[in-house]
Amino acid sequence: MPDHSPALAHQFDDIEQQHESSSLGMWIFLATEVMFFGGMFLGYAVYRAMYPTAFAEASRHLDIWLGGINTAVLLCSSLTMALAVHAAQLGARRTVAIFLVATIILASVFLGIKAFEYYHKYEEHLIPGAVFEFPGENANHAQLFFSFYFAMTGMHALHMVIGIGVMLIMIALALRGRFSPEYYFPVEMTGLYWHFVDIVWVFLFPLLYLVDRS
Amino acid sequence: MSAKNYLNVSYGARSWLLTKDHKRIALLYLASITLFFFLGGAFAVLIRLELLTPQGDLVQAETYNKLFTMHGVIMVFFFLIPSIPAVLGNFLVPMMIGARDMAFPRLNLLSWYVYTIGGILSLVAVVSGGVDTGWTFYTPYSSTYSNTAVMVTAVGIFITGFSSILTGLNFIVTIHKMRAPGLTWFRLPLFIWSNYATSLIMVLGTPVIAITVLLVGIERFFGVGIFDPKLGGDPLLFQHLFWFYSHPAVYIMILPGMGVVSELVTCFSRKRIFGYPFIAFASLAIAVLGFLVWAHHMFVSGMSPYAGMIFSFLSFMVAVPSAVKVFNWTATLYKGSISYDAPMLYAMGFIGLFTLGGLTGLFLATIAVDVHVHDTYFIVAHFHYIMVGGTVMAYLGGIHFWWPKISGRLYPEGWARFAALVVFVGFNLTFFPQFVVGYLGMPRRYHAYPAEFQVLNVMSTAGASILAVGYLLPMVYFVWSMRYGAKASSNPWDATGLEWQTPSPPPTENFEQTPEVTWEAYDYPSKDKEKEPQVA
Repeated sequence: MPDHSPALAHQFDDIEQQHESSSLGMWIFLATEVMFFGGMFLGYAVYRAMYPTAFAEASRHLDIWLGGINTAVLLCSSLTMALAVHAAQLGARRTVAIFLVATIILASVFLGIKAFEYYHKYEEHLIPGAVFEFPGENANHAQLFFSFYFAMTGMHALHMVIGIGVMLIMIALALRGRFSPEYYFPVEMTGLYWHFVDIVWVFLFPLLYLVDRS
Repeated sequence: MSAKNYLNVSYGARSWLLTKDHKRIALLYLASITLFFFLGGAFAVLIRLELLTPQGDLVQAETYNKLFTMHGVIMVFFFLIPSIPAVLGNFLVPMMIGARDMAFPRLNLLSWYVYTIGGILSLVAVVSGGVDTGWTFYTPYSSTYSNTAVMVTAVGIFITGFSSILTGLNFIVTIHKMRAPGLTWFRLPLFIWSNYATSLIMVLGTPVIAITVLLVGIERFFGVGIFDPKLGGDPLLFQHLFWFYSHPAVYIMILPGMGVVSELVTCFSRKRIFGYPFIAFASLAIAVLGFLVWAHHMFVSGMSPYAGMIFSFLSFMVAVPSAVKVFNWTATLYKGSISYDAPMLYAMGFIGLFTLGGLTGLFLATIAVDVHVHDTYFIVAHFHYIMVGGTVMAYLGGIHFWWPKISGRLYPEGWARFAALVVFVGFNLTFFPQFVVGYLGMPRRYHAYPAEFQVLNVMSTAGASILAVGYLLPMVYFVWSMRYGAKASSNPWDATGLEWQTPSPPPTENFEQTPEVTWEAYDYPSKDKEKEPQVA
């Protein structure tokens, strides 16, 4: 059964095989990402078990409102991303672009709020290192908390920036009419990646912001 | 040969550096890995020369620390881990499964560039003064106290890790989705099974070393103190994270070698491999169990003794699938019509040396014995039996076996057998004395030692010189054979396997038309048995 789709890469027999391969490849990549973040989650879990009071105290220095708003913003961006994938499946190229732009805007709002939070921590001398200041006797252990806070949210933000870059490429490709109902899976893969980034935050938010907030 | 093949289809640096052909990428890897092998070997030469005499006379202690660190870093991350998967795996996986290329050819090329960038960074570390933490980068020494090029090396390793991930990802998808019609899982060559298992480790383990190295880098650069005991950080956490990758990494090194040996043993015995499904599942079992034994590197670290007992038990467990493989290879030899060509010599060397390395691994998995020999030359000998006696033997055996396919030429068989023998003798003379000297109590990582250990160390250094000759010989005759070797037929070994059904060297697309597989793997003795191997 010859397949003459222009998107078919030479090593594949048909577009279906290509689609399945991309999809499997993406899921494996996401598995590596889980292991990558897993290392930090493990470290966090170990230290939180070792120093529960210091972690609770340090966590109260985070702004639960800004974190909560960001959670909502990011979840909405997952919705617009899902709609972009759906539009791509239907071959509606302008709609794809519109929803991807919406996703990028929401992502930028998230990063803006994050940057504001970082700046706030800087003013409060909560950046780990020589300048770190923390009231009370748990300063050292609180510094561990903030080390993980910056490492984890920083790595998460970096993933978002990469995601925005990928979405810009997808917008360009969509506007040039590269996608069709047969060949839409680059958008689908971008969507998978974005949902992963979203899910990481869903775990980060309670672990970092909601420690002992009763 | 008038037909176009992957080597003569186009010329020039550009056609190589921008290639998406898995066979050319394999050769790019072959070139760069060989370079790192000899660089790492040069460090080993200096180490062995220093240890010729008990006094620290050739280099100072600080220099010696850098020598063994750079030897370890280069050999582990830039030679052993990529060696068989990136060279032989890249070349063979698509051909063995009857595919035109990898699932993601561009990622494949990217992986070589990523590897090269990481490699260049590690070279930068060498020329900017080296690094002295040991290849294990234990904190807090690496994160706080060492004044050497830890950052550059760490970034180099971090980046190179992605080449491993990309290779593993590509293999898994390719093996799942690109198999020729009729090529069911249990008709696959065992080389494919072992590379599949290796890929699982690469994909699931490498990200953990990436984040660990990154955290050390963050700690070192910003002074944040994630593993810093002064702030309540836990250096043991680093060791756990490090070995969570670096122990499975041992299986990244050895599993592909086992795959190569499975191919060689059956081909040169002219007999179907014994216990195919057991060997196949043993690979997966090693990959899974290999993830559960990491803390046997930490028996004397102050870890909980109960954890020690469990990790000791699990480490014994991983010996089971390894032994299953050895028994099956040996059973394959039984009543086979064995021919002692160079690849087979390497394969048999592998079986013997791997067995010795594996059995001494059981000594080390026993907590009480480990306390005695921990951080001695016994350990050094043990893991060199696995990595050099195992992986390098299999790698060389594989390169010889598939050289006619890769280059289209035959290598000089007499010289190759001689070199295999030299490697075997040199290897044992280098590393067997280290078991003894380690058991007697000589610690690793010191540039000076008590005079009573000198005889054994002189033996070891003498062996290393023989080994070096054994490694240089193939370099010479492989290069020679590319021009002067006899032309190889498509199947000089009369082997089964799809890669032998296409011309040597293969065309860019591997097969004129996608083969349809209706037979089991290792259909020996193959039908055209009367056809003699065409040796020059």
